[in-house]
Amino acid sequence: MSYDKRHDGRKDNEMRPIEAKTGVIPNAVGSAYFKIGNTEAYAAVYGPRDLYPRFLQDPAKGLLRCNYNMMPFSGMGNRVRPGTNRRSKEISMVTKNALNPVVDLHEFPNAVVDVFIELPQTDAGSRCAGICAASMALADAGIQMKDLVAAISVGRVDNKIVVDLDYKEEAYDGPVADIPIAMVPSTGEITLLQMDGEVSKKQLMEGLELAKEALAEISEIQKKALKDKYNVVGEKK
Amino acid sequence: MNNEMKQHVVNALKKNVRIDGRKLVDYREITVETDIASTAEGSARVKIGETEILAGVKMEIASPFPDRPEEGAIMLNAEFLPMASPEFESGPPGMPAIELARVVDRGIRESGALDLKKLCIKKGEKCWMIVVDICIVNDAGNLLDAAALGAIAAIRDANFPTYENDELDYKKPTDKKIELTKTPIAITVLKIGDCLLVDPMHDEEASVDSRLTVTTTEDGVICALQKGGLQPILTEDVDKMLDLAMEKAKVLRKLL
Repeated sequence: MSYDKRHDGRKDNEMRPIEAKTGVIPNAVGSAYFKIGNTEAYAAVYGPRDLYPRFLQDPAKGLLRCNYNMMPFSGMGNRVRPGTNRRSKEISMVTKNALNPVVDLHEFPNAVVDVFIELPQTDAGSRCAGICAASMALADAGIQMKDLVAAISVGRVDNKIVVDLDYKEEAYDGPVADIPIAMVPSTGEITLLQMDGEVSKKQLMEGLELAKEALAEISEIQKKALKDKYNVVGEKK
Repeated sequence: MNNEMKQHVVNALKKNVRIDGRKLVDYREITVETDIASTAEGSARVKIGETEILAGVKMEIASPFPDRPEEGAIMLNAEFLPMASPEFESGPPGMPAIELARVVDRGIRESGALDLKKLCIKKGEKCWMIVVDICIVNDAGNLLDAAALGAIAAIRDANFPTYENDELDYKKPTDKKIELTKTPIAITVLKIGDCLLVDPMHDEEASVDSRLTVTTTEDGVICALQKGGLQPILTEDVDKMLDLAMEKAKVLRKLL
């Protein structure tokens, strides 16, 4: 049986419903919330603040640090044991690398900007949701950036190229490829690219094109969420 | 915290007002939402003013403890996520997180609201283990009351997953609920100077002389206590604190 129709009735290039907000964590310097389908991410930015141990300090510029964490009840199956694991460490690292190219921390020598990404529930695409939330939170914190970073997963399910795979599609019994991508929409620069599964070059390139469209859409949603926080009373949205 | 801030808090209290203008015995606005995480068997979000916590219930199959072969188990854990406050750090739970989890756990366990025998699947071999995780989203004070309320709301919201032929299927929730015969509510009463107050904000917590967390059920039974703070309290204080906690518990219980 081939995968002709997406199980939830979406079009191939259709993402799940997205909700985005900023300023959701009053204690943080900047914060954001990004929900796509049943995948939900909070991001909070603290800093620039002193960085310890001191040997990590860079006198030329501040350091960006990212921490990706799933809440214990956020997994599809068993409880996720609290604390870091190899997966969360790797995702934290690729998240930092996805955001670093747009962030300018030259004004903050020896300091660190911490980004904490927390997921209350996940249904695939959690690192992408995390990156979307994190870039909004950095902007909300007033960190100098040349653009936001938007992220989405595209992939192949059987012979279909689709955008924003959910858990069911990732677990499809047949050839599947999951390709998380993060991009700087204004320049088209790719800052995160990963893949697992099996895919041909043609399919991959097709996926990248699909991603571009989706990411442009996400970028607009992110900008709107940032502006919404500063809506003037009485001004039309 | 600096002395000036503490002095400010104390001076305001002497005039019977809080730094945010509330009365001593008033809570900030409280909201309780349930079913906020599809991946959890039960979940809740509690907001008290700017304090926000999420509670999630996961249900696992475990072996009963050897000394209680006919009982299931409940475990309560709190994560003071570093996103929630500049004072929280990554890593294993610190003392405040451990204390919070243990006090909330005691309140539920000792209230007898949960019949652990009903969680036994096969004597001495298999039972349900209920794991309640509390994650702090934003700490603006009074985490304990929020956590205790969230834990109960999440447990009430939970549905057992399907368990057939030794296989657990989280994707197929059943209609079966976790039976709670009572509703334990934790209220923390603070003593600062001669004043007793509830629902402290962060600066008030930092100025505290002593505090008492009182967990009660609707039939007026006290099922857990925890005294905190560095200063001692007197019997008369306990008397007043209990009255205040029991009165406030009635109000919070109505929110569930």
